[in-house]
Amino acid sequence: MIAPMVLGLSVFYLWPLFQTLYFSFTEWGPFGGHTWNGLDNYQRLVGDPEVRRAFLNTIWFTLLSLIGVPIAVVFAALLNHKGLRGVGFYRALFFLPVVTLPAAVAIVWRYLLNGDFGILNYLLSFVGINGPSWVGDSHFALYSLVVVGVWSSIGYNIVILLSGLQTISPELYEASALDGAGPVRQFFSITVPMLSPSIFFVTVLSVIGSLQMFDLVYVMVGRTSPALQSTQTVIFLFYERAFVDNDRGYAAAIVFVLLLLVLAMTLLQFRLQRRWVHYG
Amino acid sequence: MASSLTPVGSALRPEPVSTNPVAQPPRRAHRFPIVVTVVVSVSGFVMVFPFLWEFLTSLKTLGESTSVPPVIFPGVWRWHNYERVFEAIPFAQQFLNTVLITIGRVAGQLLFCSLAGYAFARLMFRGRNLVFLLFLSILMVPTQLYVIPQYQIMESLGWLNSLKALIVPGLFSAFGVFLLRQFFLALPQELEDAARVDGCNPIQTYWYVMLPLVRPGLIALGVLTTIWSWNDLLWPLIVNTDPNKMPLSAGLASLQGQRLTDFPVLMAGALLASIPMIILFTVMQRHFIASIATTGMKG
Repeated sequence: MIAPMVLGLSVFYLWPLFQTLYFSFTEWGPFGGHTWNGLDNYQRLVGDPEVRRAFLNTIWFTLLSLIGVPIAVVFAALLNHKGLRGVGFYRALFFLPVVTLPAAVAIVWRYLLNGDFGILNYLLSFVGINGPSWVGDSHFALYSLVVVGVWSSIGYNIVILLSGLQTISPELYEASALDGAGPVRQFFSITVPMLSPSIFFVTVLSVIGSLQMFDLVYVMVGRTSPALQSTQTVIFLFYERAFVDNDRGYAAAIVFVLLLLVLAMTLLQFRLQRRWVHYG
Repeated sequence: MASSLTPVGSALRPEPVSTNPVAQPPRRAHRFPIVVTVVVSVSGFVMVFPFLWEFLTSLKTLGESTSVPPVIFPGVWRWHNYERVFEAIPFAQQFLNTVLITIGRVAGQLLFCSLAGYAFARLMFRGRNLVFLLFLSILMVPTQLYVIPQYQIMESLGWLNSLKALIVPGLFSAFGVFLLRQFFLALPQELEDAARVDGCNPIQTYWYVMLPLVRPGLIALGVLTTIWSWNDLLWPLIVNTDPNKMPLSAGLASLQGQRLTDFPVLMAGALLASIPMIILFTVMQRHFIASIATTGMKG
């Protein structure tokens, strides 16, 4: 019964993992074929300013994107409020970007954020701000991607957090209300600690997802943009090296370093969770 | 004696009660939702605004789409922009490709993942734990670590620029096995034993008794695979460079490449490509939400 799956996963996943590891120690010729070159790729990678920039961009993007987690917590708490009508409707609005193709999201936001005739800069002009060309400007491009990334994943996080909120006993709120706690106090003293396992889960997923960011850079920024330097992520660089330049040995080494980064960041979060996550 | 100061009289009037400090929290609880409603409505508008603007722009002329100050409503609703999407890219073919890829992956995963998930949950066989551990390790590794060898497999099979390249690797999923195993584990062992006593072999037990009971798990896996399959961009870009073999995600990226500033057509294309999933989500909203809430995983 497990034969089809064992076969499929071995051929397409397990064996390729070892192959990629092997490739990372090889050099690829321009006309196919590869030869063993030991640690050359890794040595080259350490001194490659483009690789360093891609990793720094990716880490910076990942850290900035974490702002989406507290925002999602606040909105999940608001949506969970008993007095609010039409919760399902609002939840659907927040969730809409999750089911929208990232390529479509990128196309629309590139237009909204256009420097010359984008609606955002038009709105900003009312408050006297002369907006930059966001995605085209290397100072603002990465921040623009963070905003779009948060917008498109917030609904996903809200749904997970909302289901976590259902498990919090209403008695806790009633008891604290009798003790005179207001909504804000309740949010910080009850909601956040009780929800911390879900918050932790959402944070871990958000970090893993952000570290693999590709679609938004590919469609919103693109290869020819001057802002690519400040937004190029590791996976974008990997794609370019592996499938545009056919420098697959080097690309394999790059993506293996990313794997180490993903594992390290995940491990770090599991270490840190002892300090702030409460399992009731 | 009809004085309003009697306890009964004051109890009938709400106003004097408000001086009582105990009555404060309920009153605040009543006022608070208005603030909540306003905040949530405004943010909800921010969430849908890009979609509204996308729709309005898709019906404008190029001049209207780039005018400052912006034109909110198009002078004439130019549905012709949608036809131009079909002229720029083989949209109908790409839509069909996307549907076929999604159906293929979902059907394959439901079958293979449920078979394996059931076996891991209920059958004893040699090396079970070792194989399961290997499967789990796949879950931890970003998908990009597999794509170079996967590309080579597709190349050597002559499957580049075919739907097979997009469907076949997606038939298998360690996540799906793990997910469905959890659902099978939650079913009582007695059901299994009863089926055995009645003479079912493991395949029959799986198919007739257990599979119908893990329906929520199958729906969750189906929904997640659909979202992931519809939205996936990197793998299609790698294996299918022929526009007629691309899914919509890659097709949109190429549309953007050739019509960089033709915003009405770009918006029309982006909207057309997203609408099928938006409709599916609207119709099956409960299942979508439940799938994310119970599994919390992207494919």
